[in-house]
Amino acid sequence: MQPPPRILVTKIGLDGHDRGSRIVATALRDAGMEVIYTPPWQDIETVVGLARDEDVDVIGIGSLATDHLLVPKLMDALKDAGLDHVCVVVGGIVPEVDERDLLTAGVSRVFHPGSSMQEISVEVSRLAQCAREQAPEII
Amino acid sequence: MAKIHTEKNKAIDRPGGPSPQSSTTAKERWQREYNKQIGSTEPVYNRSGVAIKPIYDRHDWDGSHSDTELGYPGQSPMTRGIYPTMHRGRTWSQRQLIGFGIPADYNARLRGLIKSGVSAVSLIPCNSVYRGFDADQVPAELLGTCGVVLNTVDDMDACFEQVDIADLSTAQNDPSPFTLLALLLAVAKRRGVPWSRVTGTSNQSDYISHFVANHMFFRLALPGARRVLVDHIAFTLEHVPGWNPLSVVGQHMQQAGATPAEAMAFTLSTAIQYARDCINRGLDPEQFFPRFTFFFDISISVFEEVAKFRAGRRIWESIVREQFEVKNPRAGRFKFHAQTSGVDLTRQQPLNNIARVATQAIAGILGGLQSLHTDSYDEVLSVPTEQAARIAIDTQNILREEAHLTDVIDPLGGSYYVESLTNQMQEKITSVMDRIEGCGGMYNAVQNGVVQTMIGESALAFQQRIDSGEQTLVGVNRYQDESQATPTAGLERTAPERISTHLQTLERFKENRNQSTVRKALDQLAHAANSDSENVYAKVVDAAVAGVTHGEIVACLRREFGDGAPLIVP
Repeated sequence: MQPPPRILVTKIGLDGHDRGSRIVATALRDAGMEVIYTPPWQDIETVVGLARDEDVDVIGIGSLATDHLLVPKLMDALKDAGLDHVCVVVGGIVPEVDERDLLTAGVSRVFHPGSSMQEISVEVSRLAQCAREQAPEII
Repeated sequence: MAKIHTEKNKAIDRPGGPSPQSSTTAKERWQREYNKQIGSTEPVYNRSGVAIKPIYDRHDWDGSHSDTELGYPGQSPMTRGIYPTMHRGRTWSQRQLIGFGIPADYNARLRGLIKSGVSAVSLIPCNSVYRGFDADQVPAELLGTCGVVLNTVDDMDACFEQVDIADLSTAQNDPSPFTLLALLLAVAKRRGVPWSRVTGTSNQSDYISHFVANHMFFRLALPGARRVLVDHIAFTLEHVPGWNPLSVVGQHMQQAGATPAEAMAFTLSTAIQYARDCINRGLDPEQFFPRFTFFFDISISVFEEVAKFRAGRRIWESIVREQFEVKNPRAGRFKFHAQTSGVDLTRQQPLNNIARVATQAIAGILGGLQSLHTDSYDEVLSVPTEQAARIAIDTQNILREEAHLTDVIDPLGGSYYVESLTNQMQEKITSVMDRIEGCGGMYNAVQNGVVQTMIGESALAFQQRIDSGEQTLVGVNRYQDESQATPTAGLERTAPERISTHLQTLERFKENRNQSTVRKALDQLAHAANSDSENVYAKVVDAAVAGVTHGEIVACLRREFGDGAPLIVP
């Protein structure tokens, strides 16, 4: 049997509104995934380090202010660390113009307010599967 | 505690239940008709978990105790309002949040508002400021996107350039250690404005709400934050008598997921904690209670919010009078600012949010608020645009001057439903407060994560009601209109060149100040933090006057008191 998907739910930057990330973390856990949850204000290096050490498939970033503007930097850092296969999703208040930039930078999906927990679980689980298929073989 | 009479409410939980009387009364005939047409229905509950009947009558509330339960506005128990004239005399302060870009941007918008007749303003700093940093300590792309970047006395001066700060009521989002007020006092000193004419409110003074809910504002470890708040209250009572040093915040907790009853309970328990801390510091309750203010969220659950505010007023008045035995009649006034709830707004079909905000605002007005912020409909899309902010202001103008909402004081008073609900909300609120007391008061309860767990559970339960469709959200789980494209918000972001100019200004400020004065002020601040006999906030103000920056003051106190790490219960 496949081990369950491993998801890092976190927030980078300066904002601290974490109602959404807490609810999503609980919903993913209830859906059978293994969730690594952090408090807000993580820096990019910490997130990359956690993603590597915890061997996560998907990183979920909550952004209620403008912290998603830092996500392209996170994408670069993941690439530099050889973690391109890890899928990144962003949830929260993300204006349309910014969403385009995030998708261009390699973000898999942006969840806006009103997304149901069911929708998020299904998509995150699918992305985790993709990430595993893309992950380099460990020899 | 003001006695409420609830024995009349016994039969409430069974809308379809039999009537206690045997002869056929009008009520029984109605009940039969009702049951025939509706069939057996699931009980309806409000957000706080109170079962709501389809109709209320004199069996639920008969008015026989109205003298003690309600009284008249401005009199104990203040259920109907805290002033004799309420909105007939003076409506409410129309206080919109402003803060954007660099000080010059803030100043331009502020002067525009003052020109349009506004006398109460707000100051919302950048998230970097909230986290306790100067502009040169954070990623530049985040600067000025959510609030104004200000770190020094020069920045504060620039924010209020050509604005008379004397008697201008300024609400500052200024968490512990209250550096913004310190910078404002430094500007007043520079301009020769006496501190007695500096008026306004420290909006974000409630560190407990930051520890629990709005983590962004939490800067100093719990014991340090506790110490600084009491010193701040002591300092302003003595030196800045027109300032409200404390705003106890229920808004963060309700936005984080607490039910309206829980949010009110947590707020009142927090206020009790602060009052006890002030008394332990030797402050006079007759003096400090009149300076306590409150800040709440208004959800779209209209009658529940009205009842929440009425019950809150009544509980607070009795706490001040009975528990703290305060004689000053001003002390029991439950003055509150309220903000319409952003959590109720939707990204789908966002113009609908204008209707939501108006509905929430009506609930707050009928609940007897003193000050109101109406959200912009586009807050779920981005930081509000100027056009949307204008609609939010006009929503208040319409409600105040077109809708006849202010003609009568406490217009829902005496309604069987609202009075019964006010009593039931009071019971819910006091039962949560009793639980907090059982934990040894609010400080201990939040240290142990009790409050955080309750909020998390309520947030999850509400989300499940939306996901299951039990709670309708128009455009989200019902009445979706795919043809309505989400409008692209007109994003206003500060040009990167303006931010780099501002960073250069900060660098020059740091170079040109008297370095030995700065060092001395920081030493004295650190010393005061470790001495029980000194007022540490007085040293924060001295430091601001000496040219110490916001980030330096916070860093110093973080070293002395410990960094504030909120307790997060996932």
